[in-house]
Order: sequence, then C-alpha cells, then structure tokens
Amino acid sequence: METITKKVASVEFGILNPEIIRKMSQIRIVIPDTYDEDGYPIEGGLMDLHLGVIDPGLRCKSCGARMVSCPGHFGHIELVRPVLHVGYIKMIYSLLKTTCSSCGRLLLPPNKLQTYKKIITEGELTDDQEIDIIAKAKKAGKCPHCDKKQEKIKLVKPITFYEGEKRLLPSDIRRRMELIPDKDLALLGIDPKKARPEWGVLTALPVPPATTRPSITLETGERSEDDLTHKLVDILRINQRLRDNISAGAPQLIIEDLWDLLQYHVTTYFNNEVSGIPPARHRSGRPLKTLAQRLKGKEGRFRYNLSGKRVNFSARTVISPDPNISINEVGVPKPIAKELTVPEKTTTWNMDRLKQYIRNTEYPMANYVIRPDGRRKKVTELNREELIEELEVGFVVERQLKNGDIVLFNRQPSLHRISMMCHIVKVLPGKTFRLHPTVCKPYNADFDGDEMNLHVLQTEEAKAEALALMLVQDQIISPRFGSPIIKGDEDLVSGGFLLTRKGVAFSKQIAEKMLIKADIKKMPKPDQGDKYSGKLLFSALLPPSLNLEYKSKLCQNCKECKKAKCPHDAYVKIKKGKLVNGIIDKVSLQGILLDTLFREYGPEEARKFLDNATRVLLATTMHIGFSVSVEDTMITKETHAEIEYMINDARQRTNELIKEYEEGKMKHIPGKTMKETLEDKIMAILGETRMNAGNTAAEHFDIANPIMIMSRVGARGSILNVTQMSATVGQQAVRGRRILRGYRHKSLPQFKEGNIGIEARGFVSSSLRDGLIPTEYFFHAMGGREALVDKGIRTAKSGYMQRRLINALQDLVVQKDETVRDSANNIVQFKYGEDGIDPMKCHGDSAVRLQTGVYLEDKDRDETTADEEGDYDD
Amino acid sequence: MLDSNVILEHILVPKHEILSKTQVEKFLKENKLEESQFPGISEEDPVIKAIKAKKGDLIKITRDSITAGESVYYRIVY
Repeated sequence: METITKKVASVEFGILNPEIIRKMSQIRIVIPDTYDEDGYPIEGGLMDLHLGVIDPGLRCKSCGARMVSCPGHFGHIELVRPVLHVGYIKMIYSLLKTTCSSCGRLLLPPNKLQTYKKIITEGELTDDQEIDIIAKAKKAGKCPHCDKKQEKIKLVKPITFYEGEKRLLPSDIRRRMELIPDKDLALLGIDPKKARPEWGVLTALPVPPATTRPSITLETGERSEDDLTHKLVDILRINQRLRDNISAGAPQLIIEDLWDLLQYHVTTYFNNEVSGIPPARHRSGRPLKTLAQRLKGKEGRFRYNLSGKRVNFSARTVISPDPNISINEVGVPKPIAKELTVPEKTTTWNMDRLKQYIRNTEYPMANYVIRPDGRRKKVTELNREELIEELEVGFVVERQLKNGDIVLFNRQPSLHRISMMCHIVKVLPGKTFRLHPTVCKPYNADFDGDEMNLHVLQTEEAKAEALALMLVQDQIISPRFGSPIIKGDEDLVSGGFLLTRKGVAFSKQIAEKMLIKADIKKMPKPDQGDKYSGKLLFSALLPPSLNLEYKSKLCQNCKECKKAKCPHDAYVKIKKGKLVNGIIDKVSLQGILLDTLFREYGPEEARKFLDNATRVLLATTMHIGFSVSVEDTMITKETHAEIEYMINDARQRTNELIKEYEEGKMKHIPGKTMKETLEDKIMAILGETRMNAGNTAAEHFDIANPIMIMSRVGARGSILNVTQMSATVGQQAVRGRRILRGYRHKSLPQFKEGNIGIEARGFVSSSLRDGLIPTEYFFHAMGGREALVDKGIRTAKSGYMQRRLINALQDLVVQKDETVRDSANNIVQFKYGEDGIDPMKCHGDSAVRLQTGVYLEDKDRDETTADEEGDYDD
Repeated sequence: MLDSNVILEHILVPKHEILSKTQVEKFLKENKLEESQFPGISEEDPVIKAIKAKKGDLIKITRDSITAGESVYYRIVY
C-alpha cells in the first residue's frame, strides 16, 4: 500500500462559524425522535440515515456505505433564537466590557488605538500590552468614538448578562458582537478571520454523526439511546415549542422562559458540570455524560483512551514466593499459560511439533493458526484435522505458553530499569505468579497482596534482545552502586550462620537430603568422622577454583587480626572452593562473595550460587529449626536492675542539669540559646542511656539467642530493635524535639507546667516486653504517628520529583566518546558522571571505563567517596 | 558591584578560562563538535564579565568533582 506522509506544520484553533455548520451538515434535523415503531430511523430525526448508519443491513444516505465503512456525517439544528455557547462566556464578557454598546468600537482613545495598531502591523503585542489594553478599555465610562455613556456589564454566573439593571438577551449580545470591527478585535488578541465573536452565540447547532452516539439494543430488544442523543432530543423539543409559541404570538414572558430553557439545554449539552446550573439527569437520576464529560478527567478521552494504552499478550495477578524456582524463572499459573500464546512460524523442522500442538486437546495446545495471507483461524474441535492437513511452511501457529518461553515481568511503579526484567516461564499449578524471594528487591515487591504484570514476547528479535539485555541474572549487580542488588537476605543469612558456624555437622543421610536440593549428586568426603560439617556442605555450592579471604560481619574489629585463628570465626577463608574458616553471613551472601562470583565467574555462576544457596540454606534452617518467642526477649532480674539503675542515673543527671540551668550556671553552646543547650544536653544523656541499656541487654543474651543471631549476622533487625524490646524504648520525639505539644508548657494534663524532667517530656523507660504505662504509650503513639505521616509525605514528594527528573533526562544518551548528549545532539556532560566510569562494572577499588570497559589502574583514579550501598530499603 | 577579582577568588567559583581561537578550532576539530552543541553561559554572568569574555567565546571551566576529582566543562558565551 502506498502511503503519503506529511508533517504537521501548524495547528490553528478558531470558532466554528454558523455558515460552516450549515455547509458541513448533511441534513437539517427537526424531529425530536430517533426510530419509528418498526425500529427504522425516522427521516429528519436524530438517527436519520444521512447522519451515518449504525444498524447492520442499512446504507448511509450520504455516502452509500454500509455500517462499519461509513464514517458518519454531521447534521444541524436551526435554533429559533440564538443561545450563548458556555465555552465562550468569558470571551463575550470581556468583549462586552471593552467595547462600546452603541458603536462597537474598542473603548480606547483614537490616538492610543493608532499606536497599538502600529505595533500590531509590525509585530506582536507583548503580554503586558495586551493586559493593559483590556484593563484601560474596561475602565472607560464613555465611548471615545461616539460619546455614548457605557453602562456597567454584569455577568450573573453562569450564563446571564445584565447591562445596568436590564437583562441582555443572547440576541442583543450577538448584535453587539457583530458591531465590533475586525481591526479592533486584532488588538484584543482575536483573529477575526477564524473567530468572529458573534460565532460564540449559536444560531445553528451541529448534530454529531450517529456513529459518535450509537444507540445500543438491550437483550430485551429495547433500544437505549446515548446520552448525547437524549440531550439533542431535549434541545429539539424546546426549540420546536419555542417556534410554535413565537408563531402563535405568545406573550414575551413565556417566550423568554422557553428561550432560557433552550439555553439551559444547549449549555448542558456542551458541559453538564457547569457550576451554578443543575446537571441534566437521566430518568434514573444519573447525570448525563455530555460533550465535555467525554473528554475530561481520568476517565475522559485523553487520559483513558489516548494516554492509557492497553496491551495484548499480557497478564496480571497476585505474586507469591517460591524459593525452589530459579531467580531467572517466573512461575506462571496454568490458567494464564493457557490464555497467553507465542507465535511460531512453521518450518520443515518444527512442522511435526506444531502439528502436535494443533492435535492436542489439552494443555500445550495451539489456539490459533495464521495463514500467510493474514487470515487467522481459531483452533476448534471441528477444524482441528483440517488445520493439520493444510499446515504448510510459512504458516504461523499461536501455541500456548510453556516452560522455557521468554517473558518480561514488571511491577509498578517502574522507577528503575530493573523494575522490568526478562524471566523464563515455568508453568505451575495455582493462581499466582511465583517469584524467587531474592528478586523482590529490584522490583520492591513483597507478598502482602502485590500484583505484577507479565508480557509475552512475540518476535524472535524481541526475545533475543530481552534475553541478552534484561535477563535477571545479568541484573545481579545494581547499576547504581556497583554492588549486588539481587542477593541472599533475611532467612538466607540466618541459614548461612546456622549452617556454617562451628560445630555443626550432619549425618550422611541429612547431608544428602540438603545437597540434592542444590542438584549435587556427588557427595564430598565426610570431614568430621563419618559426619559432614556445615562448612563442607556450603563449600559444595562454590566453584572449585575459588580463593577468597575477607572479614565477615561478625568481625569485632580486634586491634590485631588473628585472621584464620579468629576467636569469633569471623575471618572467612575460601581455599580452592572450600570454606576453610569463617561463618557465612550478610557480607558473604550480599557482598564480596557474590560480587566475586558474578565478576570472576560470570552471571551464570552467580545465578547458580543464588539458586542453590537459597535452597540449601532454607533447608538448613528448616532442619535445624529457627524461631523467635517473647521468651527470647527476657532478661534476668540483675540485668533489669542494672538498666533501671542506668535510667535512674540519667534522671538524676538530667535533674542536675535542669538545676544548673535554672540557677543560670550553665554555659551555652555557641550559636544556641541556653534553653536549646539544655535540651541538647538532655537529649544526649538520654540517647546515651538508651545505647548503654541496649548494649547491657545485648551482652546479657546467650550467643544462641535467635534475635541476637539475626541482628548480629545481618539477617533482620538491629541492636536498636533489641534494645526497644528488652531494655528500654527510649526518648520519643516529635519534630526532632522531646515531646511538648497540646498543652501550655506541658505535654499532658497531669504534669506541672514547665516540668522538663524526663518522664514529662516523652521518655519511655519501659521496654516493649514489659509493656508501656499509659503516658508512655501516648508519647509513643505521638512519635509513631509523626513517623508514619512523614513517610507518606516523603514518598509522595520524592515520587513526584523523581518523575520530573526522569522526564527531563529520559532522552539523554552516553555517546561513544563518553559525552552525554540530548536528542538534538547538544552536549549535557563532556564526560559521563564527570569521570566516565561505569559503576556497574566497578569492583572494589578498581574503576572501569564506561564505553571501552577497560579497567583503570587504581592510581589513575582519585579517592572516591561513592557510598558502597547506602540505605536502599528506605 | 562586586570587584571582579573578589568574584574570581571566591572559593565556590571554579576556574574559568577563555580559549584562544586556535585552541577552539583544535578542540572542535578533535571532538567533531560544532559551537551550537555547547551549553551556553550568559554574557551577563558575573564571572564572564569578570574575565571579560565576549559573545561567542568558548569558556573552559575546571571544577572540583566528587567523582573525578577535577572535571572539565565547556560553555559558550551567548
């Protein structure tokens, strides 16, 4: 097909003039009805066949085409009396005020008009000048051209005008608009060729094609008309009544009433949400959806239909975790797999396989067969044999989704490039998408009801591209920090500790059970007599040639590192793929070990490690058992007393400080008032107290305390959480200060005004396990609410900022010469990130050139402050 | 009005240099660039006034950088 391409040079807006309305009209509509008793369109009615056909079998009287091929044609209604168009009320109001009521000239003195006209012939008026013209003209009390006194024009919202006390009828307004000369309009920013102001007062109303407002036939055989048709019926009815009354010589009062009614109907026909006018309603009481409502808002034509495109070959459902699938995989529920299809082109090599799909009567079936001429046939029980018979090379078979297909998986909001990754399908029973727990992080997903979208790739090019660029295993390293973002966390880290700590050994049977999870069938030699140590089992997950030494998270930062002889077993040593020393914790599963695997052995090996580690470590956790109870937060009486003593001490020290302050003996910190100094000091004491109390409690706990294990190893929780549960919740704050709000100089009614002691200002000395006393509980709620509100505001704000930033930066490209340029080839940065380094490829201290991929010598690079990871979760 | 030297000596003002004609030509040729592709800097910019650059001059700016230590940027006076 030959196509003609043209570029849009400009777009112009104007007012539709009545002459054009009549010219483009195929027929004048007079009858306020649609179909007759036989269901045939009434001639001259709103469904007249000149307006296009919406019934099968009929032909359009304008173009002769049938239902789908006829685009529809406009008709028109001759309004007996002119009515105002709501959309132009503002313009008309302004013009009435700025032009003379008798001669129609712009209310500016002739000399001024002259100067402005000169400006206009030479160029354009500035915004200030335009505003100036309108403001000056509005002020004139008398016409400088015909000396006529100007009455004040009043707009009674939304559509009635008054001149002084007298009502201005639409016909008067139209006359006034006609009077305004073209040359004066130009000064008011109106192009008289495209928008004569009198066109804003309608004398003829276009009737949109029937295709724009199709009527629907209900199951009962009853016809139901579109809202627009209903509105047009109303307009026609009143128009007819008005005509009858006028020709019958009815009193002016009645005519004006009907006229107003016509005005109401025409107004609501354009916009049914004009303030000050009751919306026109359907019989059921539902407000009608008229022209403006079709376009406006979230469900309007723009946002819903034009900006909101929907795609085929996609699915959406709730996600749930499955640690047994690979990180590259996504579990697709069978019902979805049956619905989604992949097109496969028939060749001599796959002919038999494709025929089998067509032949199948259940799951891996073919849904459609597409012939080379583009004809698409659904595979049914009846034509199955026939389709197999005619299948030839070049036919396309749309077969159902099966294991190994390539899809894109996405979770909104898509803020990242890793919010959409390429996965490999694994069809599973159930109704949810299954996701490997370690890929939650890049998607920012959890399983509290999150839904995700899946898109099936339809062409070989798309598949190849997605596989090469977007596969999950290639995204293990975050392009933002250069450290792993898909990594073992939470339970896996706990599992790492449980498996690799000293003295853990398993019988052959258990060890086999665990290793088979990682698909390891060849057992290593037992190292603890006839038993297998945990370290040995973990070693089975590592590539045999790996050598690595580093300090784990458990490292106590001793003055002198004893390395392999570390008393805390915090020095990890991997020799020839064997874990000789050290406990596997956060640092291993999230940092150096995973990082090294990815860079030295490649994404494939890193993926295998994550897949296998997940299975083995979870199996370990389940075998050994790992749980937390309230009992684990219990501390001994002695420790409790110790903590109580600390808090009492803090109270005393605070009181001393207050005394010192009241006596005026305190020295203030430079730049702060005395009161601020006191507050700072008190806060410091209380903060310190909480820390010490926490440490005391932590020291007290057994090494096997699960809460302590989790926080030490970096699985979940921090020492602060331990403190709050077992020792003391600590100071609550609102706006970064100790609590003081709601009452004058006190925080709650029972305190004395001006009491600045620790309890009166929101210090919670109880622990969460002990329980909070009512005042403490209230303070805690105050602090908690602030945190919650802040979080909401912060996410909303940063989300918007992020959007704006992305919109501004989305077209920027890093060129081969490492410059960053926009789409017009303008330079934005002369070197990407000022140093031309790709953080994703950087490892430890070595930097990598962005485009060339060449490692830089460490000395070539300045000491960088780039934060390794930051706090990604928040 | 601030003394132009005061501006140039300020700790937050990076080093601005006017490139000579030959330098500009060489730079453009080596990097296959056109003057229109450069980011602009106003003739009214205090530093531009202080170093007495004229419209069309190419300014080389050497800044401190967190990531690269020192980074070079070019802007053209408009």
